[in-house]
Amino acid sequence: MFYREAGDFSTTYPQDSQTFPIKFDRWRYYAVLFIAVVIIPFVINDYWVNSIFMPFLIYAIAAIGLNILVGYCGQVSLGTGGFMAVGAYACYKLMTGFPEVSMFIHVLLAGGITAMVGVLFGLPSLRIKGFYLAVATLAAQFFLVWLFNKVSWFYNYSASGQINAPERDTFGILITGPNTEAWATYMFCLIFTIFSAVVARNLTRGSVGRQWMAIRDMDIAAEIIGVNPLKAKLTAFAVSSFFVGISGALFFAVYLGAVEVGEAFGITKSFLVLFMIIIGGLGSIFGSFAGAAFLVLLPVALKIIGVDWLGWPTDIVAHLNLVIVGGLIVVFLIAEPHGLAQLWRIAKEKLRLWPFPH
Amino acid sequence: MNYKLGTWAVAGLMAASPVMADLVFPSLSYRTGPYAAGGIPFADGYADYFTLLNERDGGIGGVMTRVVECETGYNTEKGVECYESTKGEGALVYQPLSTGITYQLIPKATADDIPIHSMGYGRTSAANGDVFSHVFNYPANYWNGASAAVNHILDVNGGDISGKKIALVYHNSAYGKEPIRTLEKLSEKHGFELLLLAVDHPGQEQKSQWLQIRRERPDNVIMYGWGVMNQVAIQEAANIRFPMENFIGIWWSGAEIDVEPAGDKANGYKALSMSAVGDDFPLYDDLRQYVVEAGKAAGAGDQLGTVPYNRGLYAAMLAAEAVKVAQDMHGVADITSGQMRDGMENLVITEEIMAANGVPGFGPEFTVSCENHGGDGLVAVTQWDAAAGEFVQIADFAPTDMEIIQPLIDEDSAAYKAENNIESNCN
Repeated sequence: MFYREAGDFSTTYPQDSQTFPIKFDRWRYYAVLFIAVVIIPFVINDYWVNSIFMPFLIYAIAAIGLNILVGYCGQVSLGTGGFMAVGAYACYKLMTGFPEVSMFIHVLLAGGITAMVGVLFGLPSLRIKGFYLAVATLAAQFFLVWLFNKVSWFYNYSASGQINAPERDTFGILITGPNTEAWATYMFCLIFTIFSAVVARNLTRGSVGRQWMAIRDMDIAAEIIGVNPLKAKLTAFAVSSFFVGISGALFFAVYLGAVEVGEAFGITKSFLVLFMIIIGGLGSIFGSFAGAAFLVLLPVALKIIGVDWLGWPTDIVAHLNLVIVGGLIVVFLIAEPHGLAQLWRIAKEKLRLWPFPH
Repeated sequence: MNYKLGTWAVAGLMAASPVMADLVFPSLSYRTGPYAAGGIPFADGYADYFTLLNERDGGIGGVMTRVVECETGYNTEKGVECYESTKGEGALVYQPLSTGITYQLIPKATADDIPIHSMGYGRTSAANGDVFSHVFNYPANYWNGASAAVNHILDVNGGDISGKKIALVYHNSAYGKEPIRTLEKLSEKHGFELLLLAVDHPGQEQKSQWLQIRRERPDNVIMYGWGVMNQVAIQEAANIRFPMENFIGIWWSGAEIDVEPAGDKANGYKALSMSAVGDDFPLYDDLRQYVVEAGKAAGAGDQLGTVPYNRGLYAAMLAAEAVKVAQDMHGVADITSGQMRDGMENLVITEEIMAANGVPGFGPEFTVSCENHGGDGLVAVTQWDAAAGEFVQIADFAPTDMEIIQPLIDEDSAAYKAENNIESNCN
């Protein structure tokens, strides 16, 4: 009834090709943005930002990045953790090397460096596909973690091999270190999340995204109709790694503050982000958000319900979390391979017809 | 949990005050994952000691204690979540039992005015209280451990180990890397050759490291391991028939569960210790009476007397003693986390205090001061007796080579101080 195209006339081409063609969708989008940008910063506290919002926003960026590579371009990658580590260590070296530069620039540069590393490790994708590419990216994962453990230049020769984020600001507002305000770190991550989502959405709607999808659907056919696989695959690796690098930089500098590469950016991190896009939905920006929200919120929600309300032992709840996540992945792969995003799409289709389904 | 509600109701009635005063001790435990073997008994010991204080003495100084447990799985992200969710409850002191999480919490907790007690783990240079105002690592730290291991090898070899080869098998993380610099200095001083062998998380795969040991034939092996890594290493050492009496682990690599899988072959394995072993203490009578038999033991209640359980008891006892000091200093029973920090900084542990708590000789005597948050660094050595199924203390708490360690502490803490623009805590 409310959710329909009827009565919403486009008079210009930009209007016709906008991201949200339905008025209701558009207003919902503005409402979400309004709440996220204007309301939440005023009510947020340390607990909410550190336990829920920051991990959600950062993982959403990582999921968007991986979704571009896996969901849009069809190049399976298991190197997300390693690329996040590149972003984190690049950010650390920049922060300690150039303390007076704004954090915004550091994070963007860290993304750029990761993009270059991503292209380097994306080169094999021109020759190998599918499982073999997954193995090649797995090698990248282990190589990068080993590198950051082995070469002490990356962690400024500290005795423990840990990297610690010193206090840095942007426009005089502290962004890293222990004395930050909840709203400042939240806004900093939010800006990058919105930026990543908007850029990714528009890239995937444009000619670049269409080339990626052509490669994903059938690379030989795409090559015949004039898509350059070298360009398409390497841009996918570059853009994907750029976002993953940003998320790695934020993950280290803003969220955790101290990182140990093997523990924070190990293979489990690669799988976690991969699970996010599988549960959320391959080839969907909304799916990246949904998957990240789901996997960040589920353990916290289970802990609050199980431990705080029901008084169960903490280990039972932790095991239950593993059981549920594992079960859900199997269920999604069988019942809804397109993830939460597909459920959302179906709901919207139904809404369009409601209340007259015939 | 029900009994806790019950005790709360009683405590609330007895205090008859509108606000329920309590001393909150968050326990960032890990009962799951590859490190649960050490995490479970420690968390049980920590919780049981406070339960005993509540049941037997009615809390500390008349104020009930409350342990808030939060599962971290030895994972730093979950550690952050646990810290944020428990600090609002009035947390007095954090003991995360994880070097990674400790690194993470050092700046945060300092900003929030909550002390951290990383007992024998965490950042070693935090022993310099002038820089790390809120971090304590008494009674001994990783570098004391490294030095104690070398001292023990010196003792066994009659004081001369020049030309010997010593291998360090370490967990490839901040924890395992901590002793490297100390051992390098010690190898210069005593003229032994140092062989570094890293084992990656979680530590189940050590074939290549032990193959290398077999090839290089070091005279001694020192291990900095934790969780499943310990069991695997001891099993591998047994497989290559490495003489167990030349194999010495840090205090986190010396629990019953680490040596039992290797059976009789593990006999003679040595481990450093900063707290006593066994359950031959008067405290255990009270524990059995008030906690275990009353059905109030944490976890499965089957860990009493194990090495990590004792260490949990010890950590809880040191925290409780610090609370008493803080209560005396500030004249209030329901102390804040800032007052707790003062209490920890003025803590003195003597034989009388330990005996009064029913644990004579449980740990070394030590004194904490503003400059020295690390205690005196006395370390004992224990040895596994496979036939009896217990660790036996073979060397008493002995001093370590502070000539080597203190400059390293000063150097590392000075770097941290400069990096983070920290003002002096003392003077």
